[in-house]
Amino acid sequence: MAEKTAEKKIEIKGESDMPPMAMSLGLMSWNKTGSWRNLRPVIDYEKCIKCMICWKFCPDACIHIEDGKPVIDYDYCKGCIICAVECPKDAISVEKEE
Amino acid sequence: MKKVIMGNHALSYGAQLARTQVIAAYPITPQTEVVGFLSELCADGKLDAKFIKVESEHSAMAAAIGASAVGARTFTATSAQGLALMHEMLHWAVGARLPVVLGNINRAMGPPWTIWTDQNDSLSQRDTGLMQYYCESNQEVLDTVIQAYKVSEHEEILLPAMIVLDAFVLSHTSEVVDMPDQELVDKYLPPRKATYRVDPREPHAFGNLTAPDRYFELRYKIERSMRQAEGLIREAGEEFGRMFGRHYGMIETHRVEDAETIVVATATIAGTARTVIDELREKGEKYGLVRIRVLRPFPFDEIRQTLAGAKKVIVIDRNISFGHSGIFFQEVKSAMYNQSQRPPIFGYIAGLGGRDVTPDVIKEIIGDAAGKEQPIADINWIGLKP
Repeated sequence: MAEKTAEKKIEIKGESDMPPMAMSLGLMSWNKTGSWRNLRPVIDYEKCIKCMICWKFCPDACIHIEDGKPVIDYDYCKGCIICAVECPKDAISVEKEE
Repeated sequence: MKKVIMGNHALSYGAQLARTQVIAAYPITPQTEVVGFLSELCADGKLDAKFIKVESEHSAMAAAIGASAVGARTFTATSAQGLALMHEMLHWAVGARLPVVLGNINRAMGPPWTIWTDQNDSLSQRDTGLMQYYCESNQEVLDTVIQAYKVSEHEEILLPAMIVLDAFVLSHTSEVVDMPDQELVDKYLPPRKATYRVDPREPHAFGNLTAPDRYFELRYKIERSMRQAEGLIREAGEEFGRMFGRHYGMIETHRVEDAETIVVATATIAGTARTVIDELREKGEKYGLVRIRVLRPFPFDEIRQTLAGAKKVIVIDRNISFGHSGIFFQEVKSAMYNQSQRPPIFGYIAGLGGRDVTPDVIKEIIGDAAGKEQPIADINWIGLKP
């Protein structure tokens, strides 16, 4: 079986270095799913009351709490916009990705 | 210690002795007692397992898949329409390589609504990739649960297994069963060691989207494990024999050495055929019996070696593939076709929907084949009321 590494995509050559089932051998963090995004949520920290409802609702766990503020990780945010819908202060605007 | 138990409880005791850790099931006649008794054993603290009640068989197998994926030894049981409802999840358990053991009580498919036995429910799942064991006695049912875990959980195998027994003829019939000693069973079947499992401390994605450049190889691996399982089933059966005094293999033969005509049968019909063959032997007629115990993986070597020398082969099917013929008949014929020694093979359909297959029915079949040089039809219906 291929060696496990954290950040790199593991290349499998053939049957002999595959696990028996479809399974990622390392972490999936190399797969930057943020590239799938059509809509970009942007937090206006002037309006944000740090209630962390967006953090709680993000289905992909890509809103992190940094220095007491919610911060969107655009490497993995797919732009589902649930955060913007749930924000009680309309502090998250939605922009079109070019 | 010997106990008089029904076939359904033989499955339950087997799961208890195997120290099953998770049971997920939905009741259906004639399987109900299997899980009813297991739920009692869990409630009374006699089995340290999590019993998950679900709202359907699809969910039963889904829950079993989840439990097996984290490394637990997992059991479920069902019948007929319930097994059909599990179908999608059976493919999942195989592809995810999860060694779940499933007891299936062979019940005919409806409509018309029926609860009696035939094999079309389990045979409809033939190509999912579950190993299939067809049992003849309650003792074999209990012993096979223990052996099935040993084979399924082997690191080179990792495939689920189905243990099949006839509705009512076994499921609700009490027989004397020698209960294996728990300490010996623990030696034979140590706790499961799952190399690949869902563990939050070491995250992996399972069942990911797999493109054509990988899927093909994963299917090859399943087939290779199936073929390896053939040897391991034999080994597991022999080791079981050394420890518990009862030997098991892929097939079981009876008086085949000099037999001119060999009857191939499965499950309880094989038991009836054995007594008929003994009767005929007393009259000097050279009949023998092959009971197919394991259908998947198919016992190619044993079937070819045993049947090659016969002048005639008779296959009795308690099932039908509509538009073709009996399914065991097809399996046996296809195993023999490329062989240099190919006896004529006669296929008979009997006992559908639980109609009794008595010694007289077997004699009728044997008599019909004896009167023919070559098989004329692919299907011969026995006991059809005109």
